[in-house]
Amino acid sequence: MILNRLNRKIPSPYKPFISDDAFLQDTYKPIPKQNHKGIVKTVDSISTLFDILKIKDGMTLSFHHHYRNGDLLLNKVLEVIKQKNIKNLTLAPSAIFPVHEPLVELIKAKNVDKIYTNYVNGPVAEAISHGHLKDLLIMDTHGGRARAIETGEIKIDVAFIAVSAADKMGNANGIDGIHPCGPLGYIYPDLYHAKHTVVVTDTILDALSKNEISHEFVDYIIKIDQIGLSTGIESGTTQMTRDPIQLKIAKDTVSLIDTLGLIKNKMSFQTGAGSTSIAVSHFLKDIMQTRSIKGSFASGGITASLVDMHEAGLFEKLYDVQSFDLTAVKSFKKNDQHLLMDASMYANPFYNENVASKLDIVILGATEIDLNFNVNVTTSSTHKLMGGSGGHSDTAYESKLTIITTNLVKSRIPSIRKHIQTISTPGSSIDVLVTERGIAINPKRADLIQRLKSSKLNIKTIDELYQMSLDIAGEPEFYPHKDRVVGLIRYRDGSIIDSIYEV
Amino acid sequence: MIRSLLFIPANHPGMMQNADIFNADAVIFDLEDGVIASEKDAAKDLLVSFLNHFHMQHKKIIIRINNIDEVQTIIHPFIHGFLLPKADEASLLLLDKTLTSLEKKMKFDHLFHVIALIETPESVLNALNIAKIPRVTGLLLGAEDLATHLGVSRTLEGREIEFARNMVIYAAKAYQKNAIDTPYTDVNNINGLKQDTFNAKNIGMNAKACIHPNQIDTINEIFMPTQEEIDFARKIMIAKEKADLDGLGAFSVDGKMIDQPIILRAKHILEKIKD
Repeated sequence: MILNRLNRKIPSPYKPFISDDAFLQDTYKPIPKQNHKGIVKTVDSISTLFDILKIKDGMTLSFHHHYRNGDLLLNKVLEVIKQKNIKNLTLAPSAIFPVHEPLVELIKAKNVDKIYTNYVNGPVAEAISHGHLKDLLIMDTHGGRARAIETGEIKIDVAFIAVSAADKMGNANGIDGIHPCGPLGYIYPDLYHAKHTVVVTDTILDALSKNEISHEFVDYIIKIDQIGLSTGIESGTTQMTRDPIQLKIAKDTVSLIDTLGLIKNKMSFQTGAGSTSIAVSHFLKDIMQTRSIKGSFASGGITASLVDMHEAGLFEKLYDVQSFDLTAVKSFKKNDQHLLMDASMYANPFYNENVASKLDIVILGATEIDLNFNVNVTTSSTHKLMGGSGGHSDTAYESKLTIITTNLVKSRIPSIRKHIQTISTPGSSIDVLVTERGIAINPKRADLIQRLKSSKLNIKTIDELYQMSLDIAGEPEFYPHKDRVVGLIRYRDGSIIDSIYEV
Repeated sequence: MIRSLLFIPANHPGMMQNADIFNADAVIFDLEDGVIASEKDAAKDLLVSFLNHFHMQHKKIIIRINNIDEVQTIIHPFIHGFLLPKADEASLLLLDKTLTSLEKKMKFDHLFHVIALIETPESVLNALNIAKIPRVTGLLLGAEDLATHLGVSRTLEGREIEFARNMVIYAAKAYQKNAIDTPYTDVNNINGLKQDTFNAKNIGMNAKACIHPNQIDTINEIFMPTQEEIDFARKIMIAKEKADLDGLGAFSVDGKMIDQPIILRAKHILEKIKD
């Protein structure tokens, strides 16, 4: 094991993390796009496809999470792997949700040995945390996954692409059909670089309203009974929180943005799903409407609240990598200013002027944050896997202002710690932390500290907030983990920012 | 200036722990109706422990007690005052005597305030005598209990408590005490809260109690002067200065004649925003 620049132990021979901008010294060497012949063959089942492609032990199969917890495709492929008892596979799903519980059995039976993903939650996370995966779990960021596939770091033998509808030619999208899921932003690196690409759907139409996927990149098409559940894409609540603490944090966040003078014409903005994010959007909308502010774009996983702001004329465009609710899906279908953003265009560090780099403001969450503003969104305070960076590290680095919102004390557990379980995003990418008891500015942002010096905002140092949390809840013990490394958190540039251990 | 008072049941540690992060001008830790009978002793213990461990800076702490004897066991220097339920002259005078004795004994650096909870027909009719008691710094209308006594239902329009509201306001204002309106209990209805608060403010209430943190900002906002009122008050004070220099007794602003009561109101408005 060696130490990286954040003093985190990582196994050799992996490349240690140096800094969030070290990639600026690197040269990007993408591999050429796969040359597909443009002839799409229809196959009657996933099992037949396995026979045609001779899918065998040790191969890498990729999947995407546009259906999120409503995804049915990965489980259907797992059934075939189990039937054919194929071993030592590597899976590269862009995210893993509780619905993917059947994967646990295949991990334990060594059908699946290694996993590349950006987010893992539910029984699969639990199984990996308990050391059942033979090889490593590699946790990429959304932009980092695109980079890794485009450079051939992740070599995909077969990409299984779930779509809500396709035509007979092999063109496809996520908005037509009976189970729409919205824009398919995460599929493109796989579509262009996997050795074989397979479109799987439950609806084949004569014509599509939009071709998100061109048949030129598709090898096979399979029709199954049901591809996914549209309702499964909804991440948590779609309603604004009524929790007064969350509302205070949201209000204070918007006051901070306003005090910094960032609520202005042409502003760009990103926030996630979840009730606090919706509340931030709600309060921001009030100010923008009162002052007739027209922003340039909102981006990310798009929610109904961002659609609402766009339709009210507050943001000219929406850049959408995946929809977080059905309102966003409908908007993407009907609105030509609601635009598809592929994973590379969204956040690949080597994509020239990626959308994240044009962001003025991003609002992100944290499970834990240390006194150097390093953030954990990958494991719980007991080190169990429960999430992942997704676009956290990507947007945190790229956006001009990165704000972390979190309760200072959550159910008696302080969020600010001297030592956090894992580092997902380096503190150098974080500008501000907003809690219910005050706002801490990263000392590296002397400009912000200066601008907020005479403001009415409740500005504290992170050490002061930390002390407040200790006064309320005391100092929690650092929860121990075992020594065996079960996963690596790979920063967007391919270096390893932290290790994940067995619990 | 007091505008909002947030009730927090004293048997709920999570809510108590966060009591100081909201913008309520005062927090009322409730030992009475907000706590079920089986938890009253535990609530008292929790409250004492909370006061010993948490220093809620810049926040007035008021305790709604069950009875006067309780004061002895919970007295603490961080307490600003006590809210006495079903207050009448006799019970208020007894509470005053108890507090005077405790203040002498404990040598605190401040005197405890008392807010009288007006929630019976008798206390409504006796509001003036209650407001007259020097220890009493505010009258809080308890409309839910009062409605029960009257055998009526509460409505958003509040006609059933119109008389009681006016009695509380006139009694409080006669002795320069706080006239505090009853809480609005539909916590999900912000528009209803706005209407209810405006109704109270427009007839003379200067503060309102509330039962949910999400109600605080609305109440504070309504009890603050509007920008229009502030601008007009500033114009009046500027015009007054000029009139004084010119030796004029009466003057006009924006076509309106300004006399002493209007000048006084303008002063009050500017004092409020200074707070």
